[in-house]
Amino acid sequence: MRHLLSAADLDRATAIEVLDAAAQMAATQAREIKKLPTLRGRTVVNLFFEDSTRTRISFETAAKRLSADVINFAAKGSSVSKGESLKDTAQTLQAMGADAVVIRHPASGAPHRLAHSGWVGTSVVNAGDGTHQHPTQALLDAYTIRRHLTGTTGNPDGVGNDLTGLRVAIVGDVLHSRVARSNVQLLHTLGAEVTLVSPPTLVPVGAEAWPCSISYHLDAVLADQQPDAIMMLRVQRERMGGDRTGATGFFPSPLEYTRSFGLDARRLRMLPDHAIVLHPGPMNRGLEISAEAADSPRAVILEQVANGVAVRMAVLYLLLAQERETLA
Amino acid sequence: MTTYLLCGARLLGGAPTDVLLGEGRILALGASAAEDDRASSAEVVEAAGLVALPGLVDLHTHLREPGREDAETVASGTRAAALGGFTAVHAMANTSPVADTAGVVEQVWRLGRDAGWVDVHPVGAVSVGLAGTHLAELGAMANSAARVRVFSDDGHCVDDPVLMRRALEYVKAFDGVVAQHAQEPRLTQGAQMHEGIVSAEVGLAGWPAVAEEAIIARDVLLAEHVGSRLHVCHLSTAGSVEIIRWAKARGIPVTAEVTPHHLLLTDELARTYDPLYKVNPPLRTDADVEAVRAGLADGTIDIVATDHAPHTREDKDCEWAAAAFGMTGLETALAIVTSVMVTAGRMDWADVARVLSSAPARIGRIDQGERAQGRPLEVGEPANLTLVDPDARWTVDPAGLASASTNTPYGGRELVGQVRATFLRGRPTVLDGLAVEPVRDAGALP
Repeated sequence: MRHLLSAADLDRATAIEVLDAAAQMAATQAREIKKLPTLRGRTVVNLFFEDSTRTRISFETAAKRLSADVINFAAKGSSVSKGESLKDTAQTLQAMGADAVVIRHPASGAPHRLAHSGWVGTSVVNAGDGTHQHPTQALLDAYTIRRHLTGTTGNPDGVGNDLTGLRVAIVGDVLHSRVARSNVQLLHTLGAEVTLVSPPTLVPVGAEAWPCSISYHLDAVLADQQPDAIMMLRVQRERMGGDRTGATGFFPSPLEYTRSFGLDARRLRMLPDHAIVLHPGPMNRGLEISAEAADSPRAVILEQVANGVAVRMAVLYLLLAQERETLA
Repeated sequence: MTTYLLCGARLLGGAPTDVLLGEGRILALGASAAEDDRASSAEVVEAAGLVALPGLVDLHTHLREPGREDAETVASGTRAAALGGFTAVHAMANTSPVADTAGVVEQVWRLGRDAGWVDVHPVGAVSVGLAGTHLAELGAMANSAARVRVFSDDGHCVDDPVLMRRALEYVKAFDGVVAQHAQEPRLTQGAQMHEGIVSAEVGLAGWPAVAEEAIIARDVLLAEHVGSRLHVCHLSTAGSVEIIRWAKARGIPVTAEVTPHHLLLTDELARTYDPLYKVNPPLRTDADVEAVRAGLADGTIDIVATDHAPHTREDKDCEWAAAAFGMTGLETALAIVTSVMVTAGRMDWADVARVLSSAPARIGRIDQGERAQGRPLEVGEPANLTLVDPDARWTVDPAGLASASTNTPYGGRELVGQVRATFLRGRPTVLDGLAVEPVRDAGALP
């Protein structure tokens, strides 16, 4: 693995390898001394063109636990707003000795350009690009689902398992969601059956080609499919009932959205007993998810955060440490 | 003045024949050419195996001057045009300043004359500053030295239906035509590529086919209502072809163009995120490509126009969303039409002459008078000619093209059909595939 740009880059065997490596990393995080020497002397740059404190901290923690040096570069604006170009920024960071660039960018495909345009020679990890992909989020979601729903007493993390036969509902703004795109691909690769649930205005034209089913009715999906896991996507308030600039909203009002697509106490009770509730955060309590659902024992939302560190440690390890071993 | 004897050229792909050019005209054809007194001192151009076409006419070129001379100048763009087999181009109005006054169109027209590679016919803006609110001084541009007949806000759609109606009506006074860039602006806010299966996966904002088709449907009905000529720029979808077919069947005076890239490339290329493939209207699907090929072959689509859109390297060497729309095309257009239409057996060379020369010249109303373009290859006609090697295979090298910009999407691609010579009113601008001294003219015909 040279780069991690898209969940589509991962075949079943590689995805399981990453998840298994994440389980090993997670085991080390239960120790008193959490730091491993694996990436000592290597430099990881977090190149963030979008504000995302959570993802940035998660990658920073992961890199530091592996003893890598970490440079955080928060580039306000991008070449889109006529600042320094992406190319110049990336080349500058490479000149400072970066071994891997973790990039978050508002433009879909920016990590792909970084990896394939010949601008830099470093490994590239996509930490979220536009409305395209967020592969480490999908990995941490898959890791969390696998652990909860395939783990046994003897194998609590479900090491070696895929997600065959599990039903996962992903609910919310699919159109603008890189989390949904990444999860559809990765969960399908791992054998899960994915259903997207969304108002029709928030399903992209062309999604009919995705390896999942699509529904406009959350209650029907809950009743008929009895999903093993339900993932609530964040709905951004600016997508609501239009704004002062004259933009047309994707649905009439927040209340109408919540009535049809919010995970409230009633819908929570419709889930099978073993089902878990995921959310990539940050949550809009009272909009896509109620407090009852967010705080219920079924919610694994904070565990997703913890697993995010383990998964990102695994990704950095596989990209950087293995590369060195292969060369040696 | 030198005369040229083209030996063994196949006029429109017909039997080999000799062609004598001199005094700016076709002096003689066939057996009489070599026997003509004036042939004795002629420079002989070996044209065996080459197809002779009337000089190509582009109805849709961006020469970027004035304003973006870092991307292209009239001189560099028209030199590229000559190498592509063109003898006339229409220069779009979205320059800086915009070509919305007699002063700017005359400036572009003079720059074209000074360069001397091809005839440059400026397109006038429909609206002041391309802003889509007030009509520009169309009459002043029409009556200027540039004699503008084609008006377009290309790059922007004239989306206000009242403004579009007024423009269509107004240009009737001087037999002008409005060339519409059909793009419903609200349906394409922030749009980056064709909306469909690929856009859904790569996460780039979609440019739906309906945004083009809805405007074309409205405009053909407006044209019918007011009895005006309408030209549709760079039509790109199967639905657009159907609408034009319907409109023509009703007798509506509409003409339509397709670009070489919409005849060849699809939205699958956006998966590379390489902005070389970012263009407006966007590359569409396989089904659309097949529909525009069929529409061109059956005459629904009247012409091929390049939409040659040079951009500086920094405007393409970036992430997709930050990149400019557009690709160069003057030097590859004929080869693409040859590759996808002629070699594939869907059009013959007479069809190529029609879609790349006579029809665009007629639409632009430059097919009459001393400097007529797109004329038949007959004795007495202006000697605007292109010699093409119909079987030559060549691989596109972006650095080897003459345009000042390198944003061709065809780098490394093998094409069939190569321009060997271009004559502008009897003087070669290209010989042996190489540019030769421009025709520093200009005014009077020889």
